[in-house]
Amino acid sequence: MRIEIDVERKLESFQLKAAFSCDAAVTALFGRSGCGKSTLLNLIAGLLRPERGRIAIGDRVLFDSASGTDLLPEKRRVGYVFQEGLLLPHLSVRQNLLYGRFFTPPQERWADFDRIVALLDLAPLLERRPRHLSGGEKQRVALGRALLASPRLLLMDEPLASLDAGRRGEILYYIERLRDEVRVPIVYVSHEIEEVVRLAGHMVLLSDGRVAASGEVHDLMGRIELRDLIGRHEGGAVIEAKVAAQDLDSGLARLAFTGGELLVADVDALVGESLRIRVRARDVSIALERPRDISILNCFAGRIAEIGTEPGSSVDVRIDIAGTPILARITRHSAARLHLAAGQEVWALVKAVSFDRQSVGYA
Amino acid sequence: MFDALTLSELEAVRLSLKVACASVVASLPFGFALAWLLARRQFPGKSLLDAAVHLPLVLPPVVIGYLLLVLFGRRGPAGQWLDETFGVVFAFRWTGAALACALMGLPLLVRAIRQSLEAIDRRMESAAATLGAGRLWVLASVTIPLSLPGIVTGMLLSFARSLGEFGATITFVSNIPGETQTLPLAIYTYTQVPGGDPQAMRLCLFSVLLSLAALLASEFIVRRAHLRVFGDAH
Repeated sequence: MRIEIDVERKLESFQLKAAFSCDAAVTALFGRSGCGKSTLLNLIAGLLRPERGRIAIGDRVLFDSASGTDLLPEKRRVGYVFQEGLLLPHLSVRQNLLYGRFFTPPQERWADFDRIVALLDLAPLLERRPRHLSGGEKQRVALGRALLASPRLLLMDEPLASLDAGRRGEILYYIERLRDEVRVPIVYVSHEIEEVVRLAGHMVLLSDGRVAASGEVHDLMGRIELRDLIGRHEGGAVIEAKVAAQDLDSGLARLAFTGGELLVADVDALVGESLRIRVRARDVSIALERPRDISILNCFAGRIAEIGTEPGSSVDVRIDIAGTPILARITRHSAARLHLAAGQEVWALVKAVSFDRQSVGYA
Repeated sequence: MFDALTLSELEAVRLSLKVACASVVASLPFGFALAWLLARRQFPGKSLLDAAVHLPLVLPPVVIGYLLLVLFGRRGPAGQWLDETFGVVFAFRWTGAALACALMGLPLLVRAIRQSLEAIDRRMESAAATLGAGRLWVLASVTIPLSLPGIVTGMLLSFARSLGEFGATITFVSNIPGETQTLPLAIYTYTQVPGGDPQAMRLCLFSVLLSLAALLASEFIVRRAHLRVFGDAH
């Protein structure tokens, strides 16, 4: 389902002016806090009104200032999972889940209660009150509640932000299940790039109320000029790969991609499964010759496509490995010492242990 | 002699309860609407309305009673219109006593409801809207249940205020036994009659017991309401 958004709205500190369209299963709105991500969600949900613009899901127009269309939030059929869950405290979990379903016209109810309850493992919680739920459980109920209103689009506003690290992985797993088993497009707001890589196919990069870039996640992640927006620490290319082999003795997985095979440790995936794996730029080193007698397992021959020009002590280097871009972050000092230049043949080195569960998304 | 007195005493108690109940029930919709307006809306004259709602708290009750008499008396503009259109008469009836009590209790009612409305996370209502609930449904299924503790508190405060109302009632609807002579008015009457001290004292004791019971009940009910809504006691 194609989502088209083109909105303008004045906020206290800046003007939000964003236009993009996408039709991925999960679209991530990514940016620093205060860049307008949540405002954008509120505009889509109808909780805020744009000053000008158009919002459409498929052929359904939710808002169009030109024709004067402005559907009320309750008529938009857009589900919303808030950061804090916002379950109704005076209702049981079951009543919370059925709340939206009650308002859905019977012919529009595609979400089946038992199926959603099973999908999110909610059965043991049904008779409890929200205050007796943990943070993760609340978020699961909030997901189920939004789904059971049979929305045409599901908005998620940093649903992991109020959870501790352990719970985050759990909820991410459930969101992945939703994405793969329930056919409802999701717009996911986040400021954590690993969530984006794990979940989203499409990414909209927001900065000060503007769309800085919009495109497929692996395309944007390979672009050097976006590194400050994505985050210096976590940035890095995303590779689409397939699990070629799992060696249980060594705990290493062999991932095939167009540039060769990547060996990674501690990634749970079945042979044949398609993955998106993020190779953090700071985990990639560059050598001019193939190193020998070295512990690093991944050595790829490639050609330097671009060297970043941004100021600072480090530079990002984009290396093309048989068509797959990989970013390496090295010191400016090293780049000068090795006389790196675009077009040069180099080796890109990646440690197998630099990957973890958070670097992987299941496509 | 003793039996007759007990009967008239009982009559005053019964009337007081009837007037207090009627005033609370009748003022609740207006009280909620006013509280909602003050808590949720911005409009010109808002602070004036806020002050007007609080007036009965600071004005001498006799002023309220007199204004009611002028407006809702038989020949008052509002009283005449209500009599002709709906056949409702306030002057010198128990309904008038209820009206006076409702007005005196209104600031307490509005304050309590307003506070609990302001404590509601508005995004809870937004969440309900995204789930398909229209405005009235949000009001009925989210706003009112979540403000229930405040509503109950306000009703009990206004009920207690009604039981003690004296000045506005006696000024507006006079002191008619069996019609407008509520407990405080009956006590006052006995204190004015030679040899009425024992009766006055008895009614005073009863008054104390009644108020005490109302306070205890309110404590209990508010806690129950809070438990029902939020699943915990304060």
